[in-house]
Amino acid sequence: MTAKAEQKPLLRRLLGEDASIIQLAIITLVIFALMSAMNPDKFLRYYNFESITYVMPELGILSIAMMVAMLTGGIDLSIVGIANLAAITAGVYFRHPAVAEAIAAGGAGVVLHTIMGVLIALTVGLAAGLLNGLLIARLRIIPILATLGTGQVFAGLALVLTGGPAIVGFPQTWGWLGTGKMLGVATPFWVLVFVAVVVAVLLRRTHLGVNLMLIGTNARAAVFAGIRSSRMILYSYALTGVMAAIAGILLSGRTNSAKADFGASYLLQAVLIAVLGGTNPAGGKGKVLGVLLALVALMFLSSGMQMMRASNFLIDAVWGGFLVLVIAINYLRSRK
Amino acid sequence: MKRLQSTEAIIAIVLILVMVLIGLVNPAFWGVGNLFSLAKANVVIGIMALGVLLIMISGGIDVSFPAIAAAALYITVRTMVALDYDGVLLPFIAACVIGVALGAFNAFIIDRFKMIPLIVTLGTASIVRGLVLGLLGTSIVNINKMPDGLIAFGSQNIATATASNGANVGLTGMVLVYVAIAFVIHFILKHTMTGRSVYAYGGDPEAARRAGVNTRRTIFFVYCTAGLLAGFAGLLHSSMIWQANPRDFIGLELDVIAAVVLGGASIFGGRGSVLGTMIGVFTLVMVKNSLILMKVDTTWQRVVVGAIIIIATAITAWRDRKKLA
Repeated sequence: MTAKAEQKPLLRRLLGEDASIIQLAIITLVIFALMSAMNPDKFLRYYNFESITYVMPELGILSIAMMVAMLTGGIDLSIVGIANLAAITAGVYFRHPAVAEAIAAGGAGVVLHTIMGVLIALTVGLAAGLLNGLLIARLRIIPILATLGTGQVFAGLALVLTGGPAIVGFPQTWGWLGTGKMLGVATPFWVLVFVAVVVAVLLRRTHLGVNLMLIGTNARAAVFAGIRSSRMILYSYALTGVMAAIAGILLSGRTNSAKADFGASYLLQAVLIAVLGGTNPAGGKGKVLGVLLALVALMFLSSGMQMMRASNFLIDAVWGGFLVLVIAINYLRSRK
Repeated sequence: MKRLQSTEAIIAIVLILVMVLIGLVNPAFWGVGNLFSLAKANVVIGIMALGVLLIMISGGIDVSFPAIAAAALYITVRTMVALDYDGVLLPFIAACVIGVALGAFNAFIIDRFKMIPLIVTLGTASIVRGLVLGLLGTSIVNINKMPDGLIAFGSQNIATATASNGANVGLTGMVLVYVAIAFVIHFILKHTMTGRSVYAYGGDPEAARRAGVNTRRTIFFVYCTAGLLAGFAGLLHSSMIWQANPRDFIGLELDVIAAVVLGGASIFGGRGSVLGTMIGVFTLVMVKNSLILMKVDTTWQRVVVGAIIIIATAITAWRDRKKLA
């Protein structure tokens, strides 16, 4: 009985998801065609696509992180705070006299210290994510408010560490993470692909992923099914925190600096891309592929609009309008 | 005895303790000038918080009101400057209308497409801010261009006192406006069917629907009222600081939501009171404005505010859990 009852909505959900992926692919293609038609000589240049591969990854990773947080019906409003705090902590490490000397000396020490910096940033992300997870899973604070609070704390700590101005002077190897190339493709783009594949496998092929989906679909049923919900939720926020830290590394690598309020607009955009990508903010539904498609669609949209010299503010407005439009389309489609 | 155990009483006790503490660290806190400026800092945030309170009682959340407030004040003042108009009543009506219209947009999307309020209002905020900054520009209307009528309205004082350094400090008359609005919202919530339907809808939407509550009207009422209060507070803010800046209020949603939660409202809906919210707003404003008096470096401000949010929500979560058990 129970197995049958669970099977049916699952099947319907899978079909529904595929339909939304197709819908997204169509939207992406339409935007691509539209922007190409309006701006053929600028938009279709290789340089345009290349620059997208450098800018897109940090936002993409944050969006995937947001999707993971949404799977259980939660949300993480602290990701930008985590990203900046992680990058700034690494920056503080590079500023340490002994480390700075070793980096100035060059050689293998630079690589070693860069790896240390990455590990430090990831640890900060993990710790921040665990804090979120503990507040949400153990203290039962609802995710919006918990991450609203921790987001302020992380941004505040970043401000305390920097004292206001941006931290500069990252080693060149750090900059390579944000601006370099591997096999002719942007390094950050490889990182995005890596994160996307890992998260996709994690969600589709592991207990964690299946359990997260179940918790998001029906928290009560998940408890009765013997899922250790609070532990799973803790893991998911830890994962979100680590991804936010990766985005912070890429952002600071690209701009060669880190500041407490970098990328503040990424928060809304990450929510937007996750929702556009077919993630259900109420939980239980979300695919990496959908998020990536939505990301590409919005990247095309903004790079095309930038070429038409539209102000960045208007691009924000169009993104918002796009969100409302997709909400409407999804609703009408689900009614059928 | 029961009154002492109410949420409002607990927050009020916390507030008084914090006030005593700040006063002990730095007696300047109790200076008339400081108290008057604290009262002034409450007005705009407090009026917005009353709107957010309505939405939170209904079980929703709104992050678009700062954008709505900025849009209402900037559109209104720019229009006044363009028309060389110097009245006060008409502009405030215009700002309120802009607020109501944008609130109605929120309500329409939430009601019609059954989408969760956080996502919808995030979208609205992005659209409104983007359009205002993109189409009207980002230039600030400064005091030399600001309509004199607005400035005169915003700088009315109901009391003046001489501070220790000899300067005259005034208590802004806008405090009365704030208190009056609070009374109206309190009356609506506690003594009208509309108010009861907001609590009922926030407590359990399905049960409210079956009990005969017009849920669509309830949703429109809370979001339109929140929009109205945001629009009004926006123009009031502009008339009090003597400039119109379209970038004002960025990030304010976090502070206001924190204040409302601090005041005992539950984000699950069905709980919350005007008095609690006013005390919550006062506590938050006081802590933020008194960090310097407490000799705390201002870079710690966000950490402190964040910690307050976490502690307040942890207490609320603990309370709500006890209620469920």
